[in-house]
Amino acid sequence: MAQDDHSGAELAAADSSHAAHDIAVSPGTAVIAADSFENPGFPPHRPRVTDQEPKREKRAQRTVYTLFYLSILGSVWAIAAYMLFPIESNDVGAVRLNNMFFGLGATLALLAIGFGVVHWGKAIMADVELVDERHPIGGSPETQAAAVKVFADADRESGFTRRAAIRNSLIGALLVFPLPAIVLFRGFAPQDQMPVELLSHTMWKKGTRLALDPSGVPIKAGDVTIGSAFHVIPEGLQDLEHGKLEEKAKAAVLLMRLEPGELNHAPGRENWAYEGIVAYSKICTHVGCPVALYEQHTHHLLCPCHQSQFDVANACEVIFGPAARPLPQLAIDVDDEGYLIAQHDFTEPVGPSFWERN
Amino acid sequence: MTTAPSATAPQKRSFTSAASVYVNERTSIAGFVKELGRKAFPDHWSFLLGEVALFSFVVVLISGTFLTFFFQASMVEVHYDGSYVPLKGVEMSVAMASTLDISFDIRGGLFVRQMHHWAALLFVAAIGLHMLRIFFTGAFRKPRELNWVIGFTLFILAMAEGFTGYSLPDDLLSGNGLRIIDGMVKGIPLIGTWTSFLLFGGEFPGTQIVGRLYTLHILLLPALVVALVALHLVFVVVHKHTQYAGPGKSQQNAVGPPILPIYAAKAGGFFFIVFGVLALIASMFTINPIWNYGPYDPSPVSAGTQPDWYIGFADGALRLIPPGWEFVWLDRTWSFNILVPLIVIGIFIVTVLIYPFIEAWVTGDKREHHIADRPRNSPTRTAIGAAGVTFYAGLWAAASSDILATHFSLTMEGVIHALQAVVIIGPFVAYFIAKRVCIALQKKDREIVLHGYESGRIVKLPGGEFIEVHQPLDEYDRWRLVSQESYAPLMIRPNARGKITAGQHVRAALSRWFFEDRIAPVTKGELESGHDTHH
Repeated sequence: MAQDDHSGAELAAADSSHAAHDIAVSPGTAVIAADSFENPGFPPHRPRVTDQEPKREKRAQRTVYTLFYLSILGSVWAIAAYMLFPIESNDVGAVRLNNMFFGLGATLALLAIGFGVVHWGKAIMADVELVDERHPIGGSPETQAAAVKVFADADRESGFTRRAAIRNSLIGALLVFPLPAIVLFRGFAPQDQMPVELLSHTMWKKGTRLALDPSGVPIKAGDVTIGSAFHVIPEGLQDLEHGKLEEKAKAAVLLMRLEPGELNHAPGRENWAYEGIVAYSKICTHVGCPVALYEQHTHHLLCPCHQSQFDVANACEVIFGPAARPLPQLAIDVDDEGYLIAQHDFTEPVGPSFWERN
Repeated sequence: MTTAPSATAPQKRSFTSAASVYVNERTSIAGFVKELGRKAFPDHWSFLLGEVALFSFVVVLISGTFLTFFFQASMVEVHYDGSYVPLKGVEMSVAMASTLDISFDIRGGLFVRQMHHWAALLFVAAIGLHMLRIFFTGAFRKPRELNWVIGFTLFILAMAEGFTGYSLPDDLLSGNGLRIIDGMVKGIPLIGTWTSFLLFGGEFPGTQIVGRLYTLHILLLPALVVALVALHLVFVVVHKHTQYAGPGKSQQNAVGPPILPIYAAKAGGFFFIVFGVLALIASMFTINPIWNYGPYDPSPVSAGTQPDWYIGFADGALRLIPPGWEFVWLDRTWSFNILVPLIVIGIFIVTVLIYPFIEAWVTGDKREHHIADRPRNSPTRTAIGAAGVTFYAGLWAAASSDILATHFSLTMEGVIHALQAVVIIGPFVAYFIAKRVCIALQKKDREIVLHGYESGRIVKLPGGEFIEVHQPLDEYDRWRLVSQESYAPLMIRPNARGKITAGQHVRAALSRWFFEDRIAPVTKGELESGHDTHH
């Protein structure tokens, strides 16, 4: 397309009925061609079939009232279904029937009203089309001037502009008065707790037995066959009076046994595993979902929430997905009775990253 | 609906007129009825999208009120003792147990619960489609910019309503959703750790969050939504509805059936249709079967979990980040795997929010616009919209990357890489295609105006040549194709002090980008001279 040589402002001066805008207002870069077409005005009205044929109008009328009677039928049916399909039998099937038949009655009641009224409006009500004039949204210049005057009068009478000392001190007070409300929010969490401290420790400590999730039965090293994976919680978690879920959200662990030769230990962690058995935090280092899916033959763990993948054979390093850190490892050992135990707590906070973590 | 009371008392006073007079003499409502009752309301199927949003919100309010009578927003642990046998004796929160009771022990409870959830999904979807209609037809232009902002805020609030509501049953799926929120909040620098700690009332998951979300879900957010919906509709009345170009329609009029009775009948009937369709879906299709998921436990999770559809774009954005976007610097953790999605989505949202003001600044057009554009007549805007939709769709699809991989037997990594490409390159491709299509359609419109449409009648000329007879348009059909607005690129001019500001340079560049390949509508002169300069 050719560039226009004019700025819109010049062309705007040229009169045009194009789109019939208010010409007093700047059209910006809109191009208003001098010889654009004129609005042809409304086309001739076309009567509806119900306006021309009394038989069709009668039929439309019958349709509408039939729909309204159908609606009553639907309502009655819904009430009947409520009684005919009780759900007291501890049976999911009964709930389904109650839901469906009550719902279908209500559906008929509603849809029949809807279609009936719309059909009434479209086919029977007088086919009137009105033309409203639009006026500038800003109103008349007089009204606008009057509004400006209101503010000017108020300013003069109150001295808002003139008495700067009063005004500025008020603004200061208004800025400060919400601050007490902000400190109230500290009470949203227990006053005697600090988040960073809580996030840094879990229930695991030296000698805590690894137990099955959710039964809480301790696990013997001999029961962990090569290739298997166990969902693990610390022994004693199930007996907690309070904070069971909070502790579990930090302490959940996955236990896997690989061929010892397949494991590449992180430096300094050679003795954190026991005969190819390794334990890693189950809480994703991305945003905290449980990394629950273990693919045995590749030794990969997958987080189902955002598809982060961790390689168990390589200290649970991230091999794909948005997570940035490996899953924290829990150092394990075996006690005198052959049960798997923790050597100590995790040496880093588990779960999603947070600002103060370092 | 009241009937208009007549000031001049009729001969025989019917009950309606007597009642109207009684009410009016105590409320002065006659002026209101006179003003609004016979307003012309322009008609078009695409104007129904906003109505779907409004009506599904009404259904959400009605069904939600019923649910509040039974739901208990408490995280106290109980042993379930309701009718659903597989979960009997299982430890769960009161919130979960009361939701199960609504589903299995209260007749019709499941119906209302499902209707509430389906209506919420439709509410957000209808707002989204309504916004697309507004965007692509330019119905956000002066004087409606502020109403665009209000409407977009409602979209955000609707998503917040959806998420808070979805989290209330305290089931496994919603608990994992909250876990993700917790992880995202913790990733925010400086305030993240404390924000999460205060939000959850201690460590995640705590025993507070359901009660707090409940207050947001049934008090604060609905109050905001109701207030903004009311304001939104007041503005529709103040501005009068837009209309599409057509013979007789102009910037100075609004053409359509009167509010009373036809518009009221159609809209009122349509409310019942929306309500009825939601009832039909609720009676036939299960949604959010929390009894299959079980109570929240931080340890298990099932593969292929999906959030409600409108949260998908945010979840998908998290999935598309490559590994390793997090580091420790200045002894603090910088989680760019969280921050980048948040910032990118934030920029996207702000851009959509202020788009009307950007376009108004580029065109410099200070006139009121009441004729909705055909999308093709504003190719750059339409192309920007197509790019935005593609970007959103890429993020949204990423939330289902694992499902896509399993359903189509693809690798998980392959799907993620493909969607990363869709999100980054896709918008440019969509922009280019949409723009070319718009320009081609504009050229076709010019062609039809200048040469008429193909009549299908083939005529053999005396010389043996075959031609197809073209039928000229009548003036009414022609008007629809020639009445659009058209903008030229801005010519930079020095201001009063003889300077060209940097702002003007930016504006001129944007203006060129918007309008340099504009196709002008056919003028009378062009049609009369009978030749087309645009072959």
